[in-house]
Amino acid sequence: MAEQQTVTFIITRQDSPESAPYDETFHVPYRKNMNVISGLMEIRQNPVNANGDKTAPVYWDMNCLEEVCGACSMVINGTARQSCAALVDKLEQPIRLEPMSTFPVVRDLIVDRERMFDALKQVKAWIPIDGTHDLGPGPRMPEKKRQWAYELSKCMTCGVCLEACPNVNDKSNFIGPAALSQARLFNAHPTGEMNASERLNGLMDEGGIDGCGNSQNCVQVCPKGIPLTTSIAAMNRATNIQAFKNFFGSDHAH
Amino acid sequence: MAEHREFFYRRLHSLLGVIPIGLFLVQHLVVNHFAVYGEESFNKAAGFMHGLPFRLLLETVVIYLPILFHAILGVYIVFVARNNMKRYNYFRNWMFYVQRFTGIVTLVFIAWHVWETRIQLGMGNVDLDYSLMENILTNPFMFWFYIIGVISTTFHFANGLWSFLVTWGFTQSPKSQKIATYATLLIFLAISYLGVRTLIQFAYGV
Repeated sequence: MAEQQTVTFIITRQDSPESAPYDETFHVPYRKNMNVISGLMEIRQNPVNANGDKTAPVYWDMNCLEEVCGACSMVINGTARQSCAALVDKLEQPIRLEPMSTFPVVRDLIVDRERMFDALKQVKAWIPIDGTHDLGPGPRMPEKKRQWAYELSKCMTCGVCLEACPNVNDKSNFIGPAALSQARLFNAHPTGEMNASERLNGLMDEGGIDGCGNSQNCVQVCPKGIPLTTSIAAMNRATNIQAFKNFFGSDHAH
Repeated sequence: MAEHREFFYRRLHSLLGVIPIGLFLVQHLVVNHFAVYGEESFNKAAGFMHGLPFRLLLETVVIYLPILFHAILGVYIVFVARNNMKRYNYFRNWMFYVQRFTGIVTLVFIAWHVWETRIQLGMGNVDLDYSLMENILTNPFMFWFYIIGVISTTFHFANGLWSFLVTWGFTQSPKSQKIATYATLLIFLAISYLGVRTLIQFAYGV
């Protein structure tokens, strides 16, 4: 690899949300320790394709460049992952870049992940702490539990699990694994627990947890190693119990 | 329940697959296995099942309605998946696909099987005895059709049982799910043996 002078990218491009996608090939000068994003930056600097024609620079999304924001997810050589953490030296050439197919394409490699944020709204993946007066510090969390919850909190809404899930597609309304695990995270929080039933009811709404078909691709591909399938099974149990409470009535507080 | 209709239907689908359909399947295979002990033994066992009181009611509640619901929602579940084993070549992803594939095969098999046996019986065209199955299965094409149908059904049940344990929250951790994989594999092998052994008996008399 060290002697190689150029890196070849084959990029699936799309000029607008409605237009048809097409492939364009680029040769980019090789540098040591390149990642996919630095390759894309080279194209932006000199937007000339493999035929020598000047073209519009390739659009992509990025932010943190250290695999914690989730913005730069794309399908690289067939696998959905973050382009900032995809090192050119470790990839087979030519490197094929495609936008994630689960999401609507905005332009080139930029997709609209709004459905993931809608899913977080559906399961109320936050902790309501606003009041008309000071509510105080809230209950404390045991250190062991905090360490456990930290793993779930690593989710960056990157969309890789949705892309890999066979049940998240244009024919189904399944919201995907990410939000299911987030409901578990906030239900485990000592303050969040106070609204646990609201999140469970969100999980039972249309497109919720029942859309999971146990292909377990999500836990295989999650770049943060989140135990998504364990979360889903735990939420399966919790929603079942909640469903019984809803139907038969319960004198428990929630 | 009205506000969580989809959730309720999917949970009911999961439950019915095991109770009563799965239990009926095991019972059906065990009773048929009496054929291995001889013609008389099978006729006696089948005759006992046939002679159960309120048979039509039992059949409707335990067999027909649950299978009908499971099949109709199941075809829809197959339809809404986009399989991606080529890109995501993992064991559970393959099981996900095979579960849907065997679901369709099993539906075709059961439809034919019910037409050929229970419906013909109901119309008075055939009698319920050893020779009914013997006549069907001595035809090599039907023998292999039944072999594929039975193994497809037992796989769908065993792997469905694995999913059932996840769907109802019994197996949560990766380790418990792995143990369940081995346990359901054993169940698959055991009930497949029951079914295939019976088919060989009817087809070849050994």
